[in-house]
Amino acid sequence: MKKIAILGAMTVAGLSAGVASAATLDDVKARGKLNCGVTTGLVGFAAPNANGEWEGFDVGVCRAVAAAVLGDPTAVEFVPTTGKTRFTALASGEIDLLARNTTWTFSRDVDLGFEFVGINYYDGQGFMVPKDLGVSSAKELDGATVCIQTGTTTELNLADFFRANNISYEPVPIETNAEAQPLYLEGACDVYTTDASGLAATRAAFENPGDHVVLPEIISKEPLGPLVRHGDNQWGDIARWTLNALIAAEELGVTSANVAEMAASAGNNPEINRLLGTEGTLGEMLGLDAEWAKRAIMSGGNYGELFEKNIGENTPIGLARGLNAQWTEGGLLYSPPFR
Amino acid sequence: MSDTHAQTVAFVRDTMLPEQPPPASEAGVIKWMRENLFKGWFNSILTLLSIYFIYKIVSGAYPWFANGIWNTSSLAECREMLDGMTGACFSVLTERWNQLLFGFKYPTEAYWRPTLAFVLLLVAIAPVLYPKAPRKLLVFTAIYPFLAFWLIWGGTLLTPLLVMVGLIAGYFAFKQFERQSFSMGMLAGLVATVVVIWAGGIFPASMPDLLALQAIPSRDLGGFMLNMILGTVCVSLSLPLGILLALGRQSSMPIIKWICVVFIEFIRGVPLITLLFVANVVLAYFFPPGSNIDLVLRVIIMITMFSSAYIAEVIRGGLAALPRGQYEAGDSLGLDYAQSMRFIILPQALKISIPGIVNVAVGLFKDTTLVSVISMFDLVGMIRGPILASTEWNGVYWELWGFAVFVFFIVCFSISKYSQWLERQLATDHR
Repeated sequence: MKKIAILGAMTVAGLSAGVASAATLDDVKARGKLNCGVTTGLVGFAAPNANGEWEGFDVGVCRAVAAAVLGDPTAVEFVPTTGKTRFTALASGEIDLLARNTTWTFSRDVDLGFEFVGINYYDGQGFMVPKDLGVSSAKELDGATVCIQTGTTTELNLADFFRANNISYEPVPIETNAEAQPLYLEGACDVYTTDASGLAATRAAFENPGDHVVLPEIISKEPLGPLVRHGDNQWGDIARWTLNALIAAEELGVTSANVAEMAASAGNNPEINRLLGTEGTLGEMLGLDAEWAKRAIMSGGNYGELFEKNIGENTPIGLARGLNAQWTEGGLLYSPPFR
Repeated sequence: MSDTHAQTVAFVRDTMLPEQPPPASEAGVIKWMRENLFKGWFNSILTLLSIYFIYKIVSGAYPWFANGIWNTSSLAECREMLDGMTGACFSVLTERWNQLLFGFKYPTEAYWRPTLAFVLLLVAIAPVLYPKAPRKLLVFTAIYPFLAFWLIWGGTLLTPLLVMVGLIAGYFAFKQFERQSFSMGMLAGLVATVVVIWAGGIFPASMPDLLALQAIPSRDLGGFMLNMILGTVCVSLSLPLGILLALGRQSSMPIIKWICVVFIEFIRGVPLITLLFVANVVLAYFFPPGSNIDLVLRVIIMITMFSSAYIAEVIRGGLAALPRGQYEAGDSLGLDYAQSMRFIILPQALKISIPGIVNVAVGLFKDTTLVSVISMFDLVGMIRGPILASTEWNGVYWELWGFAVFVFFIVCFSISKYSQWLERQLATDHR
């Protein structure tokens, strides 16, 4: 009987499938878990550790949203997606939030019907070549074989760059970053191109990183950010402002170490008070309680802490803050005010 | 007459000489080498070349194995210990063996469950594979699928028990009505099964903790375990389905025949990976959000459909190889269609089809690694995704892929050895 009911429901819902259900927040609360789409594995950004727990920079965003909404940073069901399955997983409602180093582009935002809620990493596409190739600029790469991940914006950027400079190349399509490494090292391609963060991580894992250079050209803008479905603005707001809370927390000097103390009573910085819910009703406006941002920050620290722990200069990946520094320090991170 | 030659021959030996050992070049190792390795200049050159290459491979690979490091916790540490020497970093296997075998989300304290299920699998398939195994074990084989489901997925024992009771009820109903006709029996069996399972559904629902193991959702399955589950389940499901399809294709009823033909030809005309993408991506659009059918179940359905189409064609070959007289013999004995198939045609046709079926089974088992492209973490998916993407092991390739090759080779080689043995047992070539 239950089967029949399900079949009936499927027929009805089949007609409206793909259309977002309106109240993602209610679904998530009812489920008690946030379904968060991540990559199947990208060094520093998302990968399970030896105990099977997901770790990484993108994972931190998932955990912060779960902490804000459900009060528990571990209440996340991580759904691994590939470059090809990520958008269908989000569109079909299998996941509530996609935090999978996805580039914010016009067509993805408008045509595919998604809503990017912000940018958690400013990246750009670069090139890595072996030192003995003797190349010092990407414009000298005429006729080179290039390892490139399929189904990503890097593929399109590469074509644009070579066409604009009127030089030719031979693409070697690959599926994942992990696949690219041995191919590149064995010399199956002269050049490996992907986001500069990925290049740094890849190079750091080489036996002799000094034998390889990352060329100075950055040929694209790759603003990577989490995204949600069109049509549920409340849910989009929650994701957007959770990310902003992490960024603002760094700017305001709120860390996972002092957030509990700062949230205990209203201090003398009104913006911190509003952020942490000791003043005003920002949480209520989002449909959450007053301490949502406090929990999000406690889950893994503010933006800077997440960065340092997962991909910063003290990790094997060793990325500098660069564009991802706060606007006060010459970077691009700029959270709108909490008011 | 004994002295005929007495005058013509000066000496005649009258005792046997003792046996001499054959000359050194015609015995033992040297003879074998002469005959097999150095017969003629061309073979000698080939032999020397081969020895040279084998030497190169062994001397190149030996230090890699011999210097292997087993007890570090990251690739960087490994390289530090090796200090520039050639050597493998097998530590990735010692640290992540559990993830390679069981996936990264299967609870550690429950590893004994799939392990036990695997050992019991060997017991359960013994009576099917070896005619000499005690027949009583077949009872265990019948119970095994339910037991294995309970062990691997957990939950209350009542659920698989209920399905089993339902199937038993179906079997008795079938026996009851079989005298009237085979199809009546099938229908009655089906109705009885559905009724029992539907009516009994309240038991597991009301007592979810009775005899319960910790329930494990199927998206937590992974590693080589997932390959084994998919391989075993899909092969065993696709065999009966393939038989039905093969018979359906030969049926004289046009609708059944055309359904089977279209199904088989459609599935055979589509790559497996396409079907998997359909299972993963497209099907999700047809279900309301949240009520997804389990991904593993979707994949099992797709792979089973795929392999049953191939098995159907193999069995059709077996059916076609039977002389027409066999069919006529069945008819002349007064057997109906179902009886003549069960007692006369299929036993012979299946015997002929064994090599082909095994071939499909081995291919299918290896194809289960394709699920890694739809972000399921089977053995290959684990290596490609989480392990190579962890900060500690980013950059270890040969060790991991070597492990995968090793594990798959063992399984596939055993299957093929078994099928060779079976062919000898059944002597299908009518010598």
